[in-house]
Amino acid sequence: MRARFRQLKFLFHDPALLLVVLLILGFLGLFVVLPLFKVLQNSFYYKGVFTPQYFLEFFSGHRYVIRPFLNSLIVAVLVAGLSTLLGFIFAFADVRANIPGRRVFRWIATLPIISPPFIMALAAILLLGHNGLITFFMRKYFGISWNIYGLPGLILTETFAFFPLSFLIMEGVLGNIDPALEESALDLGASKLRTFLRVTLPLATPGIAGSLLLVFTRSLEDFGNPIIIQGRFPVLTTQIYLAITGMYDVPLGATLSIVLLVPTVLAFVVQRYWLSRKSYISVTGRPSTAGPPRVSSGARWFLFGTVFILSSFILLFYGMVIFGSFTKLWGIDNSLTLDNYRYVFTVGIQYLSNSLKLAAIATGIGGLLGITVAYIVTRKRIMLQGLMDFLAMVNFAVPGIVIGIGYILAFNTPPIQLTGTAAIIILIFISQRMPVVVRDGVAMLQQLDPVIDEASSDLGAGFFRTFTRIVLPLVSPALIAGMAYMFAACITSISAVVMVVSPKWYLVTVALLSQVDIGALSIAAAYGTVIILVVLGAIISMDIVVKSLLQRGFSRLGK
Amino acid sequence: MPGELVLSGLTKTFRSRGDVVVAVDNLDLEVEKGELVTLLGPSGCGKTTTLRLIGGFEIPDSGKVYIGGRDVTDLPPQRRNTATVFQSYGLFPHMTVFENVAFGLKVRRLPRAETRRRVLEVLKLVNLEGLERRYPRELSGGQQQRVALARALVVEPQVLLFDEPLSNLDAKLRVETREQIRKLQKELGITSVYVTHDQAEAMAISDRIAVMNEGKLQQIGPPYEIYAHPANRFVADFIGRANFLTVKVVEAEDNRLEIELKGGVRLEIPRVEGFTPGMQAVAVIRPEAVDVLQEGEGDVTATVVFGHYTGSLATYKLALPWGETLEVEVLSPQEKGFLSEGEKVGIRFHRQSIHLLFE
Repeated sequence: MRARFRQLKFLFHDPALLLVVLLILGFLGLFVVLPLFKVLQNSFYYKGVFTPQYFLEFFSGHRYVIRPFLNSLIVAVLVAGLSTLLGFIFAFADVRANIPGRRVFRWIATLPIISPPFIMALAAILLLGHNGLITFFMRKYFGISWNIYGLPGLILTETFAFFPLSFLIMEGVLGNIDPALEESALDLGASKLRTFLRVTLPLATPGIAGSLLLVFTRSLEDFGNPIIIQGRFPVLTTQIYLAITGMYDVPLGATLSIVLLVPTVLAFVVQRYWLSRKSYISVTGRPSTAGPPRVSSGARWFLFGTVFILSSFILLFYGMVIFGSFTKLWGIDNSLTLDNYRYVFTVGIQYLSNSLKLAAIATGIGGLLGITVAYIVTRKRIMLQGLMDFLAMVNFAVPGIVIGIGYILAFNTPPIQLTGTAAIIILIFISQRMPVVVRDGVAMLQQLDPVIDEASSDLGAGFFRTFTRIVLPLVSPALIAGMAYMFAACITSISAVVMVVSPKWYLVTVALLSQVDIGALSIAAAYGTVIILVVLGAIISMDIVVKSLLQRGFSRLGK
Repeated sequence: MPGELVLSGLTKTFRSRGDVVVAVDNLDLEVEKGELVTLLGPSGCGKTTTLRLIGGFEIPDSGKVYIGGRDVTDLPPQRRNTATVFQSYGLFPHMTVFENVAFGLKVRRLPRAETRRRVLEVLKLVNLEGLERRYPRELSGGQQQRVALARALVVEPQVLLFDEPLSNLDAKLRVETREQIRKLQKELGITSVYVTHDQAEAMAISDRIAVMNEGKLQQIGPPYEIYAHPANRFVADFIGRANFLTVKVVEAEDNRLEIELKGGVRLEIPRVEGFTPGMQAVAVIRPEAVDVLQEGEGDVTATVVFGHYTGSLATYKLALPWGETLEVEVLSPQEKGFLSEGEKVGIRFHRQSIHLLFE
């Protein structure tokens, strides 16, 4: 206790640090904790009366509460399994089998990560919907028809949208397995298959579990795909949205939010506090992807075939969105036109500029805030540090739609009335996307020799000067990269902001959804294409800036 | 008049996985103005933690740190007038040598012209003239080390802290650099605390050495004193090499003691405080404080158990008739011939160099 008190006294001798700590804690309390608290509060109170009505209905198995929950779980489990399987195959083909054209496949596999996830649902409808290209073809020539809306569509689109995450995780895990372990197994006489089953696969289990949990969470949180393609298979996120915006039933929406929050937070906790300690990976510093393929040629061609087909489908999906954006009226009049772009750049230009403007502001503030939090959390031993870490990271585990509801409930009325303003969108962007910047920031600050900033304060520099003159310049390449991804995530964001957009501050993703809603698929496709191009542009220019910074000698982190 | 740097009752514990590790345990230390005190000890003895407590990088659980009579215990590093030469240097990789050295002066808002003058002056002092525009990565290890030294010197700290500053240099450069550091420190009269685990370095550079073990101060004194009169077995063993023989005090006079070894051999040695006739004691006998003679000469006959040769020295392990063993060093073995195992030799103890410890 006395030591703690001393730490506090220590803090008071660095007023800049103290001020920053208090401001950040205040910000997190107001814009992270308060909205979540409001969701919890509203799930129990209705018009000031304590009524856990919907929880009781949930536990007694009422259809309209329990169905979306079960549906969400079914989709999430299936998508997690399929994504992880595909991600593993992709990664194994890339890291271990050395298939031809690895780099192209790798590039294709990362496309869905930076584009809005619901592009997949849009493409699926363009291809397989009622007026879809394939649907039309199959009906005309084979008399086969189907309905993509519902479970099949959800599985298909979410798997395509999220398997790249599995791919990246598995790539890291497989790449870190010391090839010497597999070589020893082979050397001891095990067959290649046996080596794979008894050595490689067990070593990769923590990664597989991590991938399952991550995709499970992402699928539960997904709003864009279900709202387009769920049909008569309601899931939690869309039901929450409908409860609030369609039925004006706040307690129902809040209760469903809590129901959604429980599995996502559980998955997050398991991943962060349990799985992270179970890794078998030993970093050996040896090059891992080099070397000859360690699989039989039959397996190699099987892997190549799978990866090729999957990649072709992804390209087909994206190609369909681009193609669709140039057609008059999808499925009815497929003649080519530029009208959709004319529409997007006249009527839609304001939504696009809103999205760009708000995302840019949010990225600027969020990036700076995120790196500051990361710095304080990794470097400064102060009281409240664990609390700050937790608060800054908590929205990592909170589905966007729940954050959106929280903001409506917390900021609809004075003292802080923000609904209808740009501020509420910016704040949502920040509180939703900052955790990624914090996480990446912590990772890069751990690379930076702590002696460098100790030397700075030793020479008399306070928190502010050390942070701006020493830490920021040194982490700037990584920070810029992190901010580019945050910007992309804000531009493509839908689930949280769909609750708070206003006529004045309408966003391009929401505009896309409403075009899908009224069946104007070609215009939606044009919006989608523009969004993809903007995001690609941001990532590519970030890449150029970072490379030039690194060339100017910012790469040495002093170790 | 208290010392320039005073540590009083300093305690620091760390928690790791539920275990509480006492890094520094109720440490008292005073460093006089202009003095260089070395903190010496094995790794994990708390010497680096002590230095970090002085610099303000750690907050003590209890105890106080005074610099120039002022209590700085609760002040962060930037509010203490200390400067550290770090083991890994901690140079700012995105700044040139000049900018690195000027950093501390800029923080102190010195006028540009004066900053420039002082930076160039200190760079000259550490023989880095002409390298102002280089980046740290363009310098050799020795040059980087001197930039770190210049950066700490230029702010004219009240206390200069060295955290194993030479451990990243090769052996030859290490000796050169430590001589340079000592020379500068004396010239400028800077109060310094120097952490090292290398006892030769500590002996060469220090006004006084503070030997630490398991967070506790074992002994503090000038290098000669520490070597000749170690306070306990740990110090005797850690500084140089030592044989420990069990002895009995037979007679005590004003300035001499007579002790008896196990085999009945009696030796007259300088008086050590606190010993009276009849007491058991442990005699500390340095390997170089024994003469190796022909069989039959000297105090006692011993048998060579093992020997090795390192150029300037030959080291032998000898068995004494009553079972204790003795390690001895013989200078210039080329002239005296190398002894082989099983050979019998006579040995004579240097009385003046024998020191006694309590059992």
